[in-house]
Amino acid sequence: MTADQIAKLVFQTDATSASEIVRLHCTGAWTVQGIAQLEQQLKDIAWPAKADLEIDSSAISALDTSGAWLLHRTVKTLEQQGNSVRIIGLRAESGPLLNLISACELLPPSAQSNTGLLASIGKQFWGSLENNVGMLAFVGESAIAMMRLIVQPRRIRWRTIFHNIQIAGFEALPIVGLLSFLMGVVIAYQGADQLQRFGANIYIADMVGLAMLRELSPLLTAIIVAGRSGSAYAAQIGTMKVTEEIDALRTIGISPQELLVLPKMIALIIALPLLTVFADVSGIIGGMIMARSKLDVSFDVFIVRLGDAVSLSSFLTGIIKAPVFAAIIALVGCYQGFQVGGSADSVGRQTTLSVVQAIFLVILADALFSLVFNWLNL
Amino acid sequence: MEQLQNTNTVIDVRDLHTRYGKTVVHENVSLAVQKGEIFSLVGGSGCGKSTLLRAIIMLLQPVSGSIRVFGQEVIGLSDEQALKLRRRWGVMFERGALFSSLTVAENVGMVMREHTQLSSGLIDEVAALKIALTGLPADAGVKYPSELSGGMRKRAALARAIALDPELLFLDEPTAGLDPLSASGLDELVRNLRDALGLTIMMVTHDLDLLWRVADRVAVLDGGVILGVGTMEELSKSEHPVIREYFYGPRGRAAREQAWKKK
Repeated sequence: MTADQIAKLVFQTDATSASEIVRLHCTGAWTVQGIAQLEQQLKDIAWPAKADLEIDSSAISALDTSGAWLLHRTVKTLEQQGNSVRIIGLRAESGPLLNLISACELLPPSAQSNTGLLASIGKQFWGSLENNVGMLAFVGESAIAMMRLIVQPRRIRWRTIFHNIQIAGFEALPIVGLLSFLMGVVIAYQGADQLQRFGANIYIADMVGLAMLRELSPLLTAIIVAGRSGSAYAAQIGTMKVTEEIDALRTIGISPQELLVLPKMIALIIALPLLTVFADVSGIIGGMIMARSKLDVSFDVFIVRLGDAVSLSSFLTGIIKAPVFAAIIALVGCYQGFQVGGSADSVGRQTTLSVVQAIFLVILADALFSLVFNWLNL
Repeated sequence: MEQLQNTNTVIDVRDLHTRYGKTVVHENVSLAVQKGEIFSLVGGSGCGKSTLLRAIIMLLQPVSGSIRVFGQEVIGLSDEQALKLRRRWGVMFERGALFSSLTVAENVGMVMREHTQLSSGLIDEVAALKIALTGLPADAGVKYPSELSGGMRKRAALARAIALDPELLFLDEPTAGLDPLSASGLDELVRNLRDALGLTIMMVTHDLDLLWRVADRVAVLDGGVILGVGTMEELSKSEHPVIREYFYGPRGRAAREQAWKKK
């Protein structure tokens, strides 16, 4: 920035004339780039009270809206202090600009409303209450839409359902398989030391089998799917909401519930139990490999023992959770998608919420299942 | 090629060729925009008006040709030089492109916060001033873009475009999607801004009313070439069939008659 591009001020009292005139000489470029220091300088000047002021602007080389605003603001403040202010030497082309600015009505900057602790707790509570009521309403709407489908099965959109099964189920096979395999390895590894101490090597099959089948596979699969598909549902529906596609669907007379929510939910209810079975198998394979290398339990011995240890009910208690988890993931994901409020920011926030809430509710439901199974002695 | 070095030429496009994949968008497009004028590009949908605009504001790399803005070649410019140039112009996008996570005042203030050393208080004041200049009500500043109507969003986008007091303003379809009342409000706004701030404005539009009322010169683009450049009066006397169709179609005639009445 060259010297003449920086705005400057010279403040002087003209004592030659009989009545004292205070004159402010402005020079340089009063532009958005040049006035940064100027603001402070203007503030530092010891302005006289109730005097005749002249602002000599003839040496201003450039004036833009920001500079004009500063000039205008200075004049206004000085006039409020009881001075009479005149601007002299204003260039012809700056006149309309100053007129335009003085014509603008500006609101004084509103003070930031500072809510108290109690108020913010109340707000937070009310927000989460509303969220829960909304979620409940959404579950109800989905149930009604589902019943309508059962009555009129020809409205079931099989194509969409199969497409969703492929995306949420089939394409999740590698990641689910790998992670549950590793989970099996880890459990066998952790158990191996303890079992070896008691010479109970063969019980590794009970441990891996029961832990994977009853608890870990369904939970692990549900968490992976919540992160993979639940978030995708929220983001997809949220973006459709931003671009008003949801409103468009409604006006065409297609229920968004029926087109967007139910196919996803049905697909996930079919896919998640299948994924869980796959996770069971690969988890046990992981445990088997670990058992052989760490405890010298061969594959056939392991499998025979597994058959004795794991009853059909153990397998079913695991599998029966999967459809419930699937419904939770699909409903939470879609619900959060519908909660998006028109901005890109909001899509991100609701997507995060969908994953957090889905995982939270899945674990909560898992705990409830444990209580119920305990009560039923399963 | 005549090397006419005119200091009053703000934008100088010469022999521009652009392509999207295999589709040729422009062949040999040349035009010049003078300082202080409102220059408008018109043409049917898909004729490459917006593409030309995107090439000038460095969002799109042309195949060949030269684009000079303020006398500086923009093709192949280094990032640092490009930034300097970008600070001297403002762009208003067709759909506003306001940042949805910021309020209108923050949208306008953000540009100043990034590129100037003004104090936060002064930035807020100048942002409020810019918002008021575009004719938005004073309480619009605290609203988020999603809470605004289409017309208000366009005005807010304009406020952001003039945040740094640019010398050159690009407007992409400033009146598209607006009701006639808001659109004519915007016409006036564009002209007032030019007169008060001494801007040079280049706009892309379909709006014949806007053209008759505010454009100083108009270029008609069709099939990748410029068919004619001139004032609306001159163009309306043109013999070229496409230009005639454009100006003497039913809508063109209505807009023209209205413009005559206004005069």
